[in-house]
Amino acid sequence: MSTTDIAQSGDTSHDGGHGDEGHEHPSDAKYIQIAAILGVLTALEVSTYFVNIGPALIPTLMVMMGVKFFLVAAWFMHLRFDSSLFTKFFVGGLVLATGVYMIALTAFEFWTKG
Amino acid sequence: MTATTTTPATVGEGAAAQPLGVYTRPKGGNGWRDWVTTVDHKKIGILYGAAALFFFAIGGLEALLIRLQMATPDGTVLGADMYNQVFTMHGVTMVFLVIMPLAAAFANYLLPLQIGARDVAFPRLNALSFWIFLAGGLFLNTSWLFGDAPTGGWFAYAPNTGVTFSPGHGMDFYALGLQITGIASLLSAMNLIVTVLNMRAPGMTLFKMPVFTWMILVVQFLLLFAIPVITVALFLLLFDRNFGANFFNPEMGSDPLLWQHLFWIFGHPEVYVLILPSFGIVSEVIPTFSRKPIFGYEFMVFSGIAIGFMGWGVWAHHMFVSGVGPIAVGAFTLSTMFIAVPTGVKILNWMATMWGGKLRFTTAMLFATGVVSMFTVGGLSGVTHAVAPADTQQTDTYYIVAHFHYVIFGGALLGFFAGFYFWWPKVFGHMLGERLGKWNFWTMLIGFNLTFGPMHILGLQGMSRRIDTYSPGFGFELWNLVATIGAFTIALGVLFFALNVIFSARRARGLPPVGPDPWDARSLEWFCPNPTPVHNFDELIQVESLDEFWHRKYGTDENGRIVRVATAEEVCQKGDATDVHLPSPSYWPVVLAAGFPLIGYGIMYNLWLCAAGGILVVMSIYAWVFEPPDDPDGAHGHEADGAAEPEEAPVG
Amino acid sequence: MADVMTTEAPAAAHQSEGAGTGISNNKLLMWVFLGSECLLFGGLISTYLIYRSRFHTGPAPGDIFDIPFTSVSSFVLLMSSLTMVLALSALNRGDIRNNRLWLLTTALLGSLFIGGQVYEFTTFVREGLGYTTSPFSSAFFTLTGFHGIHVSVGIVMLMSLFISSLRGSLRQEHSETVEIVGLYWHFVDIVWIFIFTVIYLVPSPTS
Ligand SMILES: [Cu+2]
Repeated sequence: MSTTDIAQSGDTSHDGGHGDEGHEHPSDAKYIQIAAILGVLTALEVSTYFVNIGPALIPTLMVMMGVKFFLVAAWFMHLRFDSSLFTKFFVGGLVLATGVYMIALTAFEFWTKG
Repeated sequence: MTATTTTPATVGEGAAAQPLGVYTRPKGGNGWRDWVTTVDHKKIGILYGAAALFFFAIGGLEALLIRLQMATPDGTVLGADMYNQVFTMHGVTMVFLVIMPLAAAFANYLLPLQIGARDVAFPRLNALSFWIFLAGGLFLNTSWLFGDAPTGGWFAYAPNTGVTFSPGHGMDFYALGLQITGIASLLSAMNLIVTVLNMRAPGMTLFKMPVFTWMILVVQFLLLFAIPVITVALFLLLFDRNFGANFFNPEMGSDPLLWQHLFWIFGHPEVYVLILPSFGIVSEVIPTFSRKPIFGYEFMVFSGIAIGFMGWGVWAHHMFVSGVGPIAVGAFTLSTMFIAVPTGVKILNWMATMWGGKLRFTTAMLFATGVVSMFTVGGLSGVTHAVAPADTQQTDTYYIVAHFHYVIFGGALLGFFAGFYFWWPKVFGHMLGERLGKWNFWTMLIGFNLTFGPMHILGLQGMSRRIDTYSPGFGFELWNLVATIGAFTIALGVLFFALNVIFSARRARGLPPVGPDPWDARSLEWFCPNPTPVHNFDELIQVESLDEFWHRKYGTDENGRIVRVATAEEVCQKGDATDVHLPSPSYWPVVLAAGFPLIGYGIMYNLWLCAAGGILVVMSIYAWVFEPPDDPDGAHGHEADGAAEPEEAPVG
Repeated sequence: MADVMTTEAPAAAHQSEGAGTGISNNKLLMWVFLGSECLLFGGLISTYLIYRSRFHTGPAPGDIFDIPFTSVSSFVLLMSSLTMVLALSALNRGDIRNNRLWLLTTALLGSLFIGGQVYEFTTFVREGLGYTTSPFSSAFFTLTGFHGIHVSVGIVMLMSLFISSLRGSLRQEHSETVEIVGLYWHFVDIVWIFIFTVIYLVPSPTS
């Protein structure tokens, strides 16, 4: 699928003047910095496998995952700099998926019985 | 090119001499090749409509078989297994191969026109959607030829659909066929969303879009997010059946309720996918024939959006007796009752639109009022099974069958017929006959009520749905017979429609097309002459208000009374522009689509076939990508677009 | 000449005159698609979560996951997002050579990840966790398999870009195509960030 949809460049595209939509792209150094943070976070995440931090484990993991998720979306996927419409589509899909499937998991008593 | 071009449709042959290398793009023309390679949203819309009506005939025949079997106790027309196949295919066909593509037909044809655009955002992708849909629909129906149609009902509950209870390939046809049509719906949804967001005419803000366009937009969002859910469900089913996975096999500790959840998370938004396009059509027809703007436009739009959102939070009302627990039942009862509110808003708004209007009961208007009244009946019976205790009695009885036919036939299908009568001149340049039209309407309406009205009673009497026959003496005889008579009355109504199509075309032969604006209509598509020229608009329309077309025809005098300020001839475009660039036709959508059924048969019968289909798909994708974006000649001579033309779209 | 031509009604050739968003159609299409993909992976992940403790008589997830190994391959995929973004950045500067280099690196890192997944799967099968062993095994292989297929499709797209770059047809003006493939790639990475934490790191049931 994904190959076909972007392959459309020839069709009725109003070529939106990519690359120069008025926002400056971050420098490579900035990208490497973000990647370093991602790497450190991953190391921290993995360290929880070796160090027992008790009941704080799952919340800690979730927070670190959320930060990684956010960093990739905001910087690498340019959501910080791009049209907010993209963010709306992505967040829309995420929120809907989270909401609907959380309810379904609740119906399966996932939270109480694991 | 501007000077040398005559009308776009005829010039194609002249250009055919220029070879474009390996990946030559086909030229325009008027033969069957043109239909196969077209990327024109109007032709694709017509193709969708024709395909949907073809499947409608098949689904209708299945319905008649069902009613013949049930006409009398101990019916012997169909055996039990055959009966299962027929009612399953009837449901699947009507939902996925009739109502959804009919919506796609209207959406494809009208949506670009209503927003004043030249075409959809991705014309080739649009063609691909249609061909994939057709491939999926035909694939599903070839299960008859293998004598092995699906038997699990349209919602295919596990574990009945596993290999143990459904040996043979019926359910594989179901899973694969719906998977294929799902791809089509998803592509089309993505395409139309981008179209609405990006291709509107200058001045057309979102809240100047016609209600029909709005409803179609909401539907595309529903599809965008609902299709992947059923995709997951169908994959799980497929893997269970073909690769021995354990998603729905209770023996191994899995939970068949998973199917129900996934199916209905998709399934409830799906019912709005079925009904909202019809709501959109009705919202165009009623104001036109009431000579009033739609009452409460914002409410109409927002209630549509609200339905779209709330539709995600009610799915378990299909599972009240499946053992989801009292909390879930309570919560979903509540949310289901709430969703009746925006639906009610719509009904009230339609009535308020008609209130005090100068009503003209054309056939289109009759069908539209039919929708309002019949859908109200279906909506009300729907509320009765939002109440879980009542639903516990109604579940799996004919009462449910009555309900969803009032909603889907009375609501959705009648709406599409309203659309046929309303937009026929727009599409084909001549009107459908009003006399036969009225016959069509009244026989269909009466037949419909005769068929499905009694099913309320049968259901409350306790007659189960999906049983292949019933014994005498339960009091089911009379109403079943009435329902069968009703079903044949509907068939007669459909026959009137078919005759109307044929006779009106014959009558129109040799006559000039109907003039502009036959209905005194309101929205942008009527700026084009009838039938719509291949390039749509001669020039872009600067939109100032909702109902732009109407506002160009009417103004107010000093007393605030509405007066005509321009004739339709003055307002309508001539359709004679010669410098509008059209996208090139392409072979690849149809070739690519042909790969999917091959993959489908391959999974069932021979994996080599699968490989062949896969290769066909991949090769077509590459051919698609490297296809010259357009005829190089086409890009010349027009000052505006030379810059935006990549000569080779890099792969991706 | 042409009936067959290009795009828009005359005045529409410049979108600024229309009422649209002014965003490129292609990029919007990819984002719309990614929104849809959230629901696909959400369904697969939920299925896994519901079934992770239903391992029948087979191995349980807690017994069989090799966290150190998966951590390394997760790190590899994470870093491929960096190289992807560097590829785009290079092309935006018109630096074809580096663009090509980073595209290839990204594809290689992706392949390394897939290699790791193949190794993981074969190890699991050797340890008695087949596709049909239990609801857990079916759900696990289906989820990670779907993700793997997404990565593989991404690799094919990257290699196609790489090859068209070698042929000289991937130039600065095509950076949007690279960006769109990049969006897909980062999305697949993001899904793995989720899977790695929720499926692997959150303690799983043991037998
Ligand atoms: Cu429902």
